[in-house]
Amino acid sequence: MNAFRGFVLKEFYHILRDRRTLVILFGMPVIQLVLFGFAIRNEVNDVRVLLVDPSGDYVTQAIKSEVLASPYFEGVGHQTREIGIERTFQKGRAKEAIIFEPDFAHRLAHEGVARVQVLTDASDPNTANTILAYTTSILQDYRRRLASGPPGGVRIVPEVRMRYNPELKSVFLFVPGLIALILMLVCALMTSITITREKETGTMEVLLVSPLKPAQIIVGKVIPYLVISLAIVSVILTLARAVFQVPMRGSLTLLMLECLLFIACALSLGILISTRSRTQQTAMMVSLSGLLLPTVILSGFIFPVSSMPVPLQMVSHIVPAKWFLIIVRGLMIKGVSFADIWQETLVLAGMTLFFLAVSVRNFNDRLA
Amino acid sequence: MAIIEVNRLTRAFGDFIAVKEVTFSVERGEIFGFLGANGAGKTTCIRMLIGLLAPTSGEARVAGFDVYTQPEQIKRNIGYMSQRFSLYEDLTVRENIRFYGGIYGLSNRAIKEKTAELLEELGLTGVRDERIRSLPLGWRQKLAFSVAILHDPEIVFLDEPTGGVDPIIRRQFWDLIYEASAQGVTVFVTTHYMDEAEYCDRVSIMVDGRIEAIGPPGELKRKFGVDTMNEVFLRLARGGAETAAETAAQGGGG
Repeated sequence: MNAFRGFVLKEFYHILRDRRTLVILFGMPVIQLVLFGFAIRNEVNDVRVLLVDPSGDYVTQAIKSEVLASPYFEGVGHQTREIGIERTFQKGRAKEAIIFEPDFAHRLAHEGVARVQVLTDASDPNTANTILAYTTSILQDYRRRLASGPPGGVRIVPEVRMRYNPELKSVFLFVPGLIALILMLVCALMTSITITREKETGTMEVLLVSPLKPAQIIVGKVIPYLVISLAIVSVILTLARAVFQVPMRGSLTLLMLECLLFIACALSLGILISTRSRTQQTAMMVSLSGLLLPTVILSGFIFPVSSMPVPLQMVSHIVPAKWFLIIVRGLMIKGVSFADIWQETLVLAGMTLFFLAVSVRNFNDRLA
Repeated sequence: MAIIEVNRLTRAFGDFIAVKEVTFSVERGEIFGFLGANGAGKTTCIRMLIGLLAPTSGEARVAGFDVYTQPEQIKRNIGYMSQRFSLYEDLTVRENIRFYGGIYGLSNRAIKEKTAELLEELGLTGVRDERIRSLPLGWRQKLAFSVAILHDPEIVFLDEPTGGVDPIIRRQFWDLIYEASAQGVTVFVTTHYMDEAEYCDRVSIMVDGRIEAIGPPGELKRKFGVDTMNEVFLRLARGGAETAAETAAQGGGG
């Protein structure tokens, strides 16, 4: 056991002496959290809107004041004629134009139909979609109120609530994804690099000739990364809570256990990669393209799995992070209990066992 | 009594037979030179003896233990140094000694005593807290050897231990080998420097997976009627198996 302790100690020396990597390991989660938390947002605020209103009656006034009262919009101009809109868009002065037709109130009252045109700058399609949705909902709100006016009858007033994340903060979405990404990075990437480094320098050979068993070598290599990963998860959770008020609605213990499971999964992937690669560079490239990219793109971290084409959805099933994300979002944001996520947990556990079995077999075949 | 006994040991990789029915033995306390050109099968053979590779057929016993069934006991009783010296560059001299002592199960006290002793002997006390990275190659090499025999193994396997160092340092390194040998450690060394072959008690020369000649350097030189091990080696390696057999026959006859 003394031998094993010495081994783990040596690993910690390697990590602690490599200051640059250490700074990256702990600095990256913080930077990414701040980036995702502050800079990258799906919600849109203060959209510059140009109002074109040739009619100027009480209906258009009411609608306009609703638009301007909402926090999403900021009026940049008001004109009565439909000219120069193109220029305004090109100069980037407005992202949206709301154009009422002439005699708006009159037509609405007599014909029952009045047209309003909504133009958006779709050079950024995501933003365009979002602001279009905002505008439509304001218009519909108004229409609904008109319809349910004095004449009596049945009044249907839908009350819409966004559950779990009423303010639609994107940081809620990103924190679980960030945990998955960082764990993948630290566990899989760092483990595969540290093992291939020993192969490159020839020390692995010496270790294998020593009385240490292959299992001891592997476990000794991954323990430090396990400790570091847990520390990083704690940092992310603390920051998320303190700075971005991301809730922790479910059991923290359960969350940590699920993180451990995901860490085990990532570590076994790292070992698997290292048994297959001869050099640190190969290990790094394989980890980056084979693990990190799918974790970012196919897990639902940024792009929802349900809106992917079917073949990609199938692929996303074998991305461990996808299952982990469902679990973490459930636990943190929705406050679910184990009964609701046992299936995902089972999938993740199955994957871990599979990767572990393959990598141990590979390790014995390739090195011993 | 032979400390390494090898009988018709064979290893195939698919259709390629890297080691073909090799038979030899090494006596306790000997310095045994294991020579051969690159690709002759030296490394494959050594890997089978130290438990890194399973033989395809044949028998081998190292320090009295069977390579098939008792690799763990073999590992406890041998030391190994590869051509890359295998020290951790980001650890200090002392930490490297500690680490390797540790994985061979030495007690903390034993490690402390051995470290002091070894640093004194190698004249490295002044740099004991320097990282390996900052040491000259010759020092690293000596340290790597001393670390390989830290746990007092019965045999130490040295796989081209003098690659890439200058002749003076090589000579100093061989002083260390003699010293270890004088203390009873059996030394099994591969090299392709033929001047080093002259330092060995006995050598074997491998060509294309077979051992083509084995014996003390002086005897081999007489047998081939040449003055240096280098010429012995060239005759065997260049001529291939057939010519070698011829030469041996001529040498024996003349």
